[in-house]
Amino acid sequence: MNELKKTTVMRPNLSVEIAGIKLRNPVMPASGTFGYGEEYAPFLDLEKIGAIVTKGLSLKPKAGNPTPRIAETISGMLNAIGLQNVGIDAFVEHKMPFLRTVNTPVIANFFGNTLEDYGEVAKRLNDIPEIAAGELNISCPNVKQGGIVFGTDPKAASEVVALVRKNLQKPLIVKLTPNVTDITVVARAVEEAGADAIACINTLTGMSVDVHTRKPRLANCTGGLSGPAIRPVAVRMVHQVVQAVSVPVIGIGGIVRPMDALEFLIVGATAVQVGTANFVDPSAMISIIEGIEAFCVEQGIDDIHELIGSLKL
Amino acid sequence: MKNYRTKIISNQEVSPGYFRMKILAPGFGDKAHPGQFIMFRVQRSLPPLLRRPFGIFRTGFLPADCDGLPPIEFVEIVYKVVGRGTGIMAELHEGDKVELLGPLGNGFDSTSCDGEKILVGGGIGLIPLYMLASEFIANGCKVRLLMGGRTREDILFVTEFERLGVQTYVSTDDGSLGEEGFVTQVLERKLLKFPDAEVYACGPMPMLSAVHTICSDNQTPLQVSLEESMACGVGACLGCVVKGAGHTEENPSYLCSCKVGPVFKSQYLDWSALGQKNNDCGGCA
Repeated sequence: MNELKKTTVMRPNLSVEIAGIKLRNPVMPASGTFGYGEEYAPFLDLEKIGAIVTKGLSLKPKAGNPTPRIAETISGMLNAIGLQNVGIDAFVEHKMPFLRTVNTPVIANFFGNTLEDYGEVAKRLNDIPEIAAGELNISCPNVKQGGIVFGTDPKAASEVVALVRKNLQKPLIVKLTPNVTDITVVARAVEEAGADAIACINTLTGMSVDVHTRKPRLANCTGGLSGPAIRPVAVRMVHQVVQAVSVPVIGIGGIVRPMDALEFLIVGATAVQVGTANFVDPSAMISIIEGIEAFCVEQGIDDIHELIGSLKL
Repeated sequence: MKNYRTKIISNQEVSPGYFRMKILAPGFGDKAHPGQFIMFRVQRSLPPLLRRPFGIFRTGFLPADCDGLPPIEFVEIVYKVVGRGTGIMAELHEGDKVELLGPLGNGFDSTSCDGEKILVGGGIGLIPLYMLASEFIANGCKVRLLMGGRTREDILFVTEFERLGVQTYVSTDDGSLGEEGFVTQVLERKLLKFPDAEVYACGPMPMLSAVHTICSDNQTPLQVSLEESMACGVGACLGCVVKGAGHTEENPSYLCSCKVGPVFKSQYLDWSALGQKNNDCGGCA
């Protein structure tokens, strides 16, 4: 009786640590779905989420792809935004002042067109003390240069991670693409090259056609599929990566409800990122955090680590 | 702007395929400007996944009831059934729970009250012009509304606009109501008569493109409200961008229609790119 009373009164500990960064809970936005944080400030308390992950940053501003850039599919969406972003200088000047006012770790997602670019952006992040970590994007399916070219070849992935690791004096998260035959090969390669954590998965390459015009529904022809449609694929891949590496893994892919996040935690993700769901409900992350907490209370779990990696096989 | 978890007050078909939905939204009206929009979540379950953007028709208060309770504020949208999302919306009833995010975006700049105001609306594009007309009338402006549609069923709310004090001119492609022909023909005639007019337009892209050509030939100030596919509605996903004036491969300019727009001064847009688009939503999921 006493035991029961204790567990219902005590709030479970949801805090986790990724690559040395302490997060108040394991829920953060996926890059590209949350702008630079400020866009969502009217809709949720940014100090209640685990971290803020910025839109992917490059050395120079990037215009992105022609339109249409998005198309809804069954329980998912295709996007080919093309990494449009303000560039690192404008980010520091216009976006950091707001982010500095928020008491939540900020993770800067970044990418380059070339190997040198990647290295250079990594160096620039060192000059921003409030950036808690870098998330290296080697997985964007929608641009010709950079991104996925590095993420699908274990050797190229290893090379770019090694360079960034050398240049970045902050924890390094590497975000992987699912568009490979065996994700564990790339996961192991980036771990060996110095990644402190791995985030997966980015979007799955997809395509949709307007049967009336017989044209692709995206100007880019193909795009990245996200949303609940990809979740089982993502859970499977996170499960595989967790088995293959010893660094912490951040699970991403179609999380909409608290139960979805729990799936990723149970297969061994230390934290999760919420993407497309932010568009569906701008306060989705808050509902997910509250749902995780309620689940822990209901299950008598005092600490989220009792859940992480608790998959029964 | 905020996310309202609220319920439907009424949802009625006003013309074949067009529905008028009144939704409870306390505190919404004070913040909403003509030309702004909401992101509407069709239902709690998925699919459809993404919210749908809808221009605000009007805001107002339900009459106070006999119990002396304060009047309740609502927002009204009008939509045309074109795909799965709007198909589900047409089946919703009074009391059904829905979510809406808003008011969003930059609406019409309605600060100036010089000269004649000519509003041009095509089909569902008439909807965001109602609040604008209402504001101009309240400021003492003379407002003319050119209402265009394929057929008489696309001409919405003539009486409501006239009740505001708006002078209306109706044209339909098939001549089933008003003058036969395009709304742009009417615009050309009106601009001859009122050369100092300012024009405000919303409708299908071919219409907007023609309105832009006429206005720039006449050096008439024009504001247009665009309808683009959107995912977030708040400037985060960058899915709804349009090309700005002077856009080049080397020096690109993409403007978020949810955040910078949906209303733009027409000189700030790249019409060579926009004119080729057809936003009649044939590809809606």
